[in-house]
Amino acid sequence: MRLFFKRRRDKIQTQQVVWEEQLTSIRPVTCSVCKGESPASEWHMGGQVCPRCGWHAPIGAYYRLSLILDPGSFRELDADLLPADPLDFPGYQNKLTRTETATGMQEAAVSAVGEIDGNRAVFAVLDSSFLMGSMGTAVGEKITRATEYAEKKKLPLVIFAASGGARMQEGILSLMQMAKTASAIQRFQSAGGLYISCLTHPTTGGVTASFASLGDIMLAEPGALIGFAGPRVIEQTIHEKLPAGFQRAEYLLEHGFLDQVVPRSQLRGVLCQLLALHGKGGR
Amino acid sequence: MSTFTPEQKVKLARFPGRPGTADYIANLFTDFFEQRGDRQCRDDSSVLGGIARFHGRPVTVVGHRKGRTLQEKLKYNFGMPGPEGYRKAQRLMKQAEKFGRPIITFIDTPGAYPGKEAEERGQGEAIAQSLALMSSLTVPIIAIVTGEGNSGGALALGVANRVLMLEHAVYSVLSPEGFASILWKDSSRSGEACAVMKLTAQDLRRIGVVQGVLREPEGGAHTDPEAVYRTVDAALVKELNALSRLDGKALVQQRYQLFRAMGNNLPPARKEVI
Repeated sequence: MRLFFKRRRDKIQTQQVVWEEQLTSIRPVTCSVCKGESPASEWHMGGQVCPRCGWHAPIGAYYRLSLILDPGSFRELDADLLPADPLDFPGYQNKLTRTETATGMQEAAVSAVGEIDGNRAVFAVLDSSFLMGSMGTAVGEKITRATEYAEKKKLPLVIFAASGGARMQEGILSLMQMAKTASAIQRFQSAGGLYISCLTHPTTGGVTASFASLGDIMLAEPGALIGFAGPRVIEQTIHEKLPAGFQRAEYLLEHGFLDQVVPRSQLRGVLCQLLALHGKGGR
Repeated sequence: MSTFTPEQKVKLARFPGRPGTADYIANLFTDFFEQRGDRQCRDDSSVLGGIARFHGRPVTVVGHRKGRTLQEKLKYNFGMPGPEGYRKAQRLMKQAEKFGRPIITFIDTPGAYPGKEAEERGQGEAIAQSLALMSSLTVPIIAIVTGEGNSGGALALGVANRVLMLEHAVYSVLSPEGFASILWKDSSRSGEACAVMKLTAQDLRRIGVVQGVLREPEGGAHTDPEAVYRTVDAALVKELNALSRLDGKALVQQRYQLFRAMGNNLPPARKEVI
């Protein structure tokens, strides 16, 4: 266990070295949305937000936590939770191994206890670089354990969603993680716990249709795609082009499904305000 | 046990002649009073629900409705609910809790409808709320997968104390076509998908996702619907009797534990080499 924490801490420190390098890098980075080029250092300064068009590029789970948590307050939960291959799905085990090698992560979710300006909370973050942040049994279990931990310790819960939905290779058991996580959140909330859900690009499918939509407070990052069915599937079903901005965070805000759209640079401040306003929650 | 392949079972589960929710309601219950509308926006007729008596006892019954003829199918949107359908189901289930009625759900849907308005009105939020609500209800809930149960659109009626399945019904994370399209970018490989998805009642019983498999007549439910009604009736009586012994708190706890245990059989932590 301790070795795991050490490894993770080492990893975060290594990443910090990389980030510091980026601070001075003039290597041009192309925005996937506006196609404009800006120096890596500028991207880095803005937390990977395009300096030209404001596109909030997806970021890794550890990086996300480093942007919002007080330095040194991060303590990872269930770091040793590994994915399973419950259906013996052809090629899945290999895919997991390859993804682990490529990303350095063992699963698509990271959960931790941490503090924002001294306000302690439980955090869970999905990482879209790991199989599109899809929810299989290990991700569902991690979210559930984080929720149960928050309930036990009477701490608020903050979840950053970023997911393509249920993980196909774990079939029906991925689907059941929707019921499992939603039940855990329901139980946590009825015990008086505060749950803040922050939706980031992209949040779709079974994650949208379970824990991610159940926040007492619903936040999203600007421009994030949020929906149940993906835009391609909808276009194929209704045989028409979808309007610009459809299923984007601003669109959801307009339709009443979000409290606020919060730019990445203000997230820490907003979370700090919300945590302080709620104290221990209704407990 | 029959020798249908998973692919054949998918076809059988979708066969329009197979008994659907409306048939089960008509043949298993008396005094059915249909309740319509979500009280917010409209009535989604792809979800059929209301109050009825089951062996004399008032229950709430909710299910997906597909329809048989083309006209019916269009009217019921091929059994694909929008958010209003799930919100109607939630309304009915909350009422069931208020009046202490057990809830019986029939699952038979290609999935939640992937449409523009459905997204606009919060398809994902509606399903999420259904899952959360069902997990909290203090009355017995029994779900029966009678045909095809695909994706969150099926699960939204499936967070029950007991999940039963007809012998040739299928239940899966997504339709085999959608599955093949996502994984292999080729929906025509759905046959291949059926083979690896573990979507048959027998597979799901083994994995622990369903707690009971109900026998169908040789050749499938449509060959002798009366026999199927008798089987389902007997199973419901048995399960309801067992669940009625539990109080509200125990029911919520049992349901939580049932889903809590799904997929938590994860491999042990690796030995670290540093």
